[in-house]
Amino acid sequence: MSKLRVATTSLAGCFGCHMSFLDIDERLLDLLELVEFDRSPITDIKHCGPCDLGIIEGGVCNAENVHVLREFRKNCKILVAIGACAVNGGLPAQRNHLELHDILTAVYQTEGGLAHGVHIPNDPELPLPLNKVHPIHEVVKVDYFLPGCPPSGDAIWKFLTDLIAGRTPHLGHGLLHYD
Amino acid sequence: MSEQHTFQLDGEEIPFAAGQTIMQAAQAAGKYIPHLCWHPEFKPHGSCKLCTVKVNGRFGSSCTMEASAGQNVENRTPELDDKRRTLLQLLFVEGNHFCPSCEKSGNCLLQATAYELGMMTPHFDHFYPDRPVDASHPDVMLDFNRCILCSLCVQASELADKKFVFVMGGRGMRGRKIILNSESGRLADTDFSVEDRAASICPVGVILKKRVGFAVPYGERTYDQAPVSAVEVAK
Repeated sequence: MSKLRVATTSLAGCFGCHMSFLDIDERLLDLLELVEFDRSPITDIKHCGPCDLGIIEGGVCNAENVHVLREFRKNCKILVAIGACAVNGGLPAQRNHLELHDILTAVYQTEGGLAHGVHIPNDPELPLPLNKVHPIHEVVKVDYFLPGCPPSGDAIWKFLTDLIAGRTPHLGHGLLHYD
Repeated sequence: MSEQHTFQLDGEEIPFAAGQTIMQAAQAAGKYIPHLCWHPEFKPHGSCKLCTVKVNGRFGSSCTMEASAGQNVENRTPELDDKRRTLLQLLFVEGNHFCPSCEKSGNCLLQATAYELGMMTPHFDHFYPDRPVDASHPDVMLDFNRCILCSLCVQASELADKKFVFVMGGRGMRGRKIILNSESGRLADTDFSVEDRAASICPVGVILKKRVGFAVPYGERTYDQAPVSAVEVAK
């Protein structure tokens, strides 16, 4: 059997879900018997090619997130939202009840302790922030969701082994957590 | 005749006393029917609809419907649990339910019920409503971002505390809310006390006592120990 090709990325996330993924510890070796990685922090490949499975951490907070998410959706047969931020916006979405301009002004211009003459960054290299932070299912179709902040290594292992075996992932009590 | 005083709940005979609701009889028999706004100490409110069952093929709220002999009640069927999951998803997107930063996480009936029903995603588009936090009171804070309008605080304050601190007001999906009974609208200007029954009735993370947060860490809380279906029937 040829190996499943898997891509992972973090959008508006903290890479905590990727760290938790590493918490599957020595089971990573078993996993590598079954999968190979495309774009991922593990390979440092910059763009996602055709894959069987795409795993997205983090919500969508800027224009680049939208491009990356669409690239994943276009290339991945199955797309998974992992972690609270991908599932419901999470911590970055705590800004959603505030006006974006007010936030940028407060952080870059009016907060105490800033250097004289600083302004809101406007380098063309910087992706433009979106008005609101969104979970990824509000932008593309998502096939499976694995909530948690982060989901535990055991939850990730159960989820992936179910999925790779062709079963609908099922997390029972103790593995399904939103916190 | 005592053999007449039973109904069928998912194929099991459940005894009941005259005047008991289906929910009360099921609870007494150690059977879990998912619920949010129902509380054994208070009159049923019948608003959350999580406890909807099928009685002789027709939908009804088990917290308000009286048990009667020979009823055939369906409870934990895939059809009903699917609908319950949808109701939960609607509640999750209507408010701001961010469990990782909530002091109620692990002790929250909404969260635990969503675990019980295997809710993996809120599914719908989020409202991200702008709701206030009231930290004016010296001993208790209110975070209305998490309110599910179960009205248990209204009932507890009115019936147990005789204070009428909370009242349901406003109209519509975005307008309906809990209003505080003071000129300023702040909790500090009511006669609310941390000793009130209403201070500990909230099933979600709206009414929180100050200075005791995170005394028990995540992972060791009520619904971390056992699922809500086991915790509720043990009460």
